Amino acid sequence: MSLEVRRTDEGLELELTGEWVAQQILAIESGVAALDLAAARHLSIATQRLSALDLSGAWALRRLVKRARAAGVAVSFRGTPPDQLRLLDEILSDTSLAGAPAGSGPPDRQPLAAIGRNAVLAGRDLLHALAFVGHASTTLLRALVRPRRLRPISIARHVYDTGITAMPIVALIAFLISVIIAYMSAKQLRGLGADIYVVDLVAIGVLRELGVLLTSIIVAGRSGSAFAAELGSMRLNEEVDALIATGVEPFEVLVLPRVLGLTIALPLLTIIADLTGLTGGALLCRYLLDMPLTQYASRVTEAISSTTFWVGLVKAPVFAALIALAGCYRGMQVRESARELGRLVTVAVVQAIFCVILADALFAVLFMEMDI
Amino acid sequence: MLQVQGLVNRFGTQVVHDGLDMEVRADEVFGVVGGSGSGKSVLLRTILGLQRPIAGVVRIDGGDITRMSEAQLRSVKAHYGVTFQQGALYTGLTVLQNVQLPMIEHLELERPALEELALLRIRLVGLPAEAARKYPAELSGGMVKRAALARALALDPRLLFLDEPTSGLDPVSAAAFDELVLYLQKQLRLTIVMITHDLDSIFRTCNRVGVIVDGRMESDTLQRIVDHPHPWIRAYFHGERARARRGAAHGA
Repeated sequence: MSLEVRRTDEGLELELTGEWVAQQILAIESGVAALDLAAARHLSIATQRLSALDLSGAWALRRLVKRARAAGVAVSFRGTPPDQLRLLDEILSDTSLAGAPAGSGPPDRQPLAAIGRNAVLAGRDLLHALAFVGHASTTLLRALVRPRRLRPISIARHVYDTGITAMPIVALIAFLISVIIAYMSAKQLRGLGADIYVVDLVAIGVLRELGVLLTSIIVAGRSGSAFAAELGSMRLNEEVDALIATGVEPFEVLVLPRVLGLTIALPLLTIIADLTGLTGGALLCRYLLDMPLTQYASRVTEAISSTTFWVGLVKAPVFAALIALAGCYRGMQVRESARELGRLVTVAVVQAIFCVILADALFAVLFMEMDI
Repeated sequence: MLQVQGLVNRFGTQVVHDGLDMEVRADEVFGVVGGSGSGKSVLLRTILGLQRPIAGVVRIDGGDITRMSEAQLRSVKAHYGVTFQQGALYTGLTVLQNVQLPMIEHLELERPALEELALLRIRLVGLPAEAARKYPAELSGGMVKRAALARALALDPRLLFLDEPTSGLDPVSAAAFDELVLYLQKQLRLTIVMITHDLDSIFRTCNRVGVIVDGRMESDTLQRIVDHPHPWIRAYFHGERARARRGAAHGA
């Protein structure tokens, strides 16, 4: 128990006991709250039996005293009031620090205003993104004039990080997806006696669309997030500011090598995805449809035209640039907190995938018009 | 209050601590000094239970924390406060929320009480009330250090660890921070362990000083440690910078 109460004719006598410390604050608070001050005219408090009193305990005591005084009860201490109470008075009466804490201001909850603000913010974001792409392009042009500025070693590192190390996962996923497509279509086409078209479906599907699209999505998740996180934590660490202060252009050493590295790595990954995809189709046709491998190979050459492979591959560098730019742009936007870093990495990946799919749709329309 | 006995820490073949002893008595300000790479931070991390030593005993209020379970360690942690060198404020939270976080974790309080107690800490360290709603990124270096101190005091600890509390501050802010530390030490009867490089800080605040040399600690009162024969300690207290400081002190 944290306090003992005795009722006398004039009022209440309080005896504080035990430890009035932060760890006990809940018990103290409930003990103080249960105190009935209504009938009392005088409250006398003794603190001699306290074994410990810290700032939190003193705060609870001060609240009790204030409450009593507000209720018109005279308060006195038997013996000297504890030092901590004086300290609290000292801190809280220091008016130079007083004043209500600046309110964060209730956010504008009016729906119309919110729509307007979001539209303006989205427009501004788009402009900033365009400026970012423009800055990256001019940096690239300047670097092309002086190739040493392309930083081949840095590019090679990014080819390794985003390309070589991604090979197993890209190969595995391309293999599995083409097996799934072949299996699903085989079930349907067999009913029509058109088993052989399974090969067409796998070959064209993988080469034109799935190879490059799947690879891009995997890479957006793997490397787009890595770019954003890397640049974002460099910003939090003021490393980017340090670069600028040393007269090094961060676009040249951070953004460009990543964009170029990924632009080299993604087409190579796409070729691997194409290869393992076709292999998956071949294995399924061999064991599920009993189609000899030679027949599969000749059917593939019949099914595809000379452009099919290139139509898929030509998209890869474009997707790569989109993913790398989205990752770098969002990473460079991180300014203040670890939470912002997490949010922007998420945004980077989502937007990279969105941009890739949007670009893929545009490519589809373009190739349709070009009749290939 | 705090005892370290026979502490051994090794990383691979590199020996950091080789039988280090240290004792901090109640109500004193104990300075920990050492060259870069002498293992000051490792010592602090070991005392805080962030890493387990290869050998040795670390007693806080009598209990050996190297042998404690996670649950026991948690209750010990409620009894001391720490500030880290860079402040280590949670960047996603306001100063007020930063101070409230340990309270929410360890005390079961109502929201208004939480807020009032946290604001009390913030004013105690001399921060203006409007700083409470700011995010760490909006604070100056000195304010970050003060906010970190407010958070360290959230649970009214008896024992306070300060890691390089004045590093990165200008001499005026550093002196003000030292004053604050002394004021809090007196008013709240704290025991303070302070890791520092700042000679001015040591001379202003510390009662006793421990110097880490060759993996061990030489500790004594400030007056006596200054005249310790070990070459590094001599160089530290009698080097160019120290002499300049003493000259200034004598001149004043």
